[in-house]
Amino acid sequence: MSPLQQFIEYSIVGIAAGGIYALIALGIIVIFKSSRTFNFAMGEMMMLSAYFFYAAAVTLALGPVLGMVVALIGSIAVALLIERVAIRPMLGRPFIAVVMVTFGIGSIIRGIVGMVWGPNDLQIPAILSRSPIMLGHVFVPGKTARAFAIAVVIVVALIAYLRYSRAGVALRAAAADAVTAYSMGIDVRRVIAFTWVIAAVTGCISGVLMANVNTLTPHLGMVALNVLAVVILGGMASIGGVLVSGFVIGWLEAITGLYLPTEFREITPYVLALIVLLVRPNGLFGSKEVERI
Amino acid sequence: MAAALEIKGLEVVYQGVIQALSSLSLNVPEGAIVALLGANGAGKTTTLKAISGFLPLESGRITRGSITVGGQDIMKLAPHRIVRRGIFHVREGRHVFSDMTVEENLVASTFAQRRPRPRREAFDEVYSYFPILSQRRAQPAGFLSGGEQQMLAIGRALVADPEMILLDEPSLGLAPLIVKEIFEIIARINREKKVSILLVEQNAVIALKYASYGYVVENGRTVLEGSTAELSNNQDIQKFYLGVDSHAAA
Repeated sequence: MSPLQQFIEYSIVGIAAGGIYALIALGIIVIFKSSRTFNFAMGEMMMLSAYFFYAAAVTLALGPVLGMVVALIGSIAVALLIERVAIRPMLGRPFIAVVMVTFGIGSIIRGIVGMVWGPNDLQIPAILSRSPIMLGHVFVPGKTARAFAIAVVIVVALIAYLRYSRAGVALRAAAADAVTAYSMGIDVRRVIAFTWVIAAVTGCISGVLMANVNTLTPHLGMVALNVLAVVILGGMASIGGVLVSGFVIGWLEAITGLYLPTEFREITPYVLALIVLLVRPNGLFGSKEVERI
Repeated sequence: MAAALEIKGLEVVYQGVIQALSSLSLNVPEGAIVALLGANGAGKTTTLKAISGFLPLESGRITRGSITVGGQDIMKLAPHRIVRRGIFHVREGRHVFSDMTVEENLVASTFAQRRPRPRREAFDEVYSYFPILSQRRAQPAGFLSGGEQQMLAIGRALVADPEMILLDEPSLGLAPLIVKEIFEIIARINREKKVSILLVEQNAVIALKYASYGYVVENGRTVLEGSTAELSNNQDIQKFYLGVDSHAAA
């Protein structure tokens, strides 16, 4: 294989992984925008969703379609429970206190999953076809390509929904100024709960996709740490920015893996995030607020 | 005339210790413009927040008294419920969503409408009262001038189709000509749409001109009330609020 062809193949695989990063990042960002809560439990929510899918599709033998429906319902129920029981009482508390709560929730989920399903890898039914896709002379692994397509469609649909729907306006209004949003009839607490539902949906889909591309383990959620870099790169609150920065991080990871020892691959997202933070503290796409003085 | 809004002996305490209102009473009849006058810190804005349900968001609490609309107690309702009951609070400082467009600001206010389906025709009405907003509908609200932002803040209230607007310092930081323009429109809205208005305003001259009735608040209680004609002739009002010193002439 020529070096160029190899570069292109690695790039495509990397960008494809980035699509899932963007999907996870979107779930983190909508919550952050509406309530300044950074959800460190996102990875564990993903992982739990994938186990819900396993339980429904394999253990209860409902098949992949019903399995996905059950996983979505379960994920949304868990997200709403977390929001209602652990997050809502923390509203208005210091940022770091809420972050620690989400950390704790992540640990609890990991513990429960470990107790119920054990630490070993599980195989979930293949919902994505393995057959590779050829782009000209470039070989793209089938699962990766399909996972990418699904992730991108959902990310774009969600971005459009938040941009043009009335619910999106409510979300942005609550994010910008909660008191004023209240004064206009927007139930801010419901908006925040709604963002947890969005996170549950993106988490569930990305979790099942990840478990399909790799395998299902209690460590599935670790990928959300890479997504942290995506979110920082995109500028925390920039919903459009996550799509691009998801691709950038995914691509860079793959390319680093191609030319440097694997250890470098692990640190790439964080090094990039660090550099971006030093040069542009608001992220690549974060904007300072429009303000007329 | 039936009292649209009635406040009796209202006492408000912030953070359990700071008393902002001690005994405030007032009435806003249907379709009237009523002015609330008083110095900084007298309790005018707190009164509006007590009506619109914002006190709990700032660790404030009503400890005594009553607020009723058409005879019904509204003190237990959350802010978003109160606005859907037809009482819209236009806060001091305008608070437009600066990185959302003018039109999106109006869309956000459709959540205050009491109908099950959002009513877009309300936007045309806003644009007919404030034609400049129509020209700027696709611009971020942060780029509007202060006067235009105040127009947008009032426009958002109109979208909600309220029975009453609580208007806090609409003239703040605006040039006199703009203030006059905005008050003329407020008067038209009051007349044409039968919206009653409770007006908090530092500029007593303009408040007494456009309101029909007024209350003077001092240290959290209403100390003086009367028609604006009476208040304008009151010596204390002239001295402390209108800057007219009757002794200087003598």
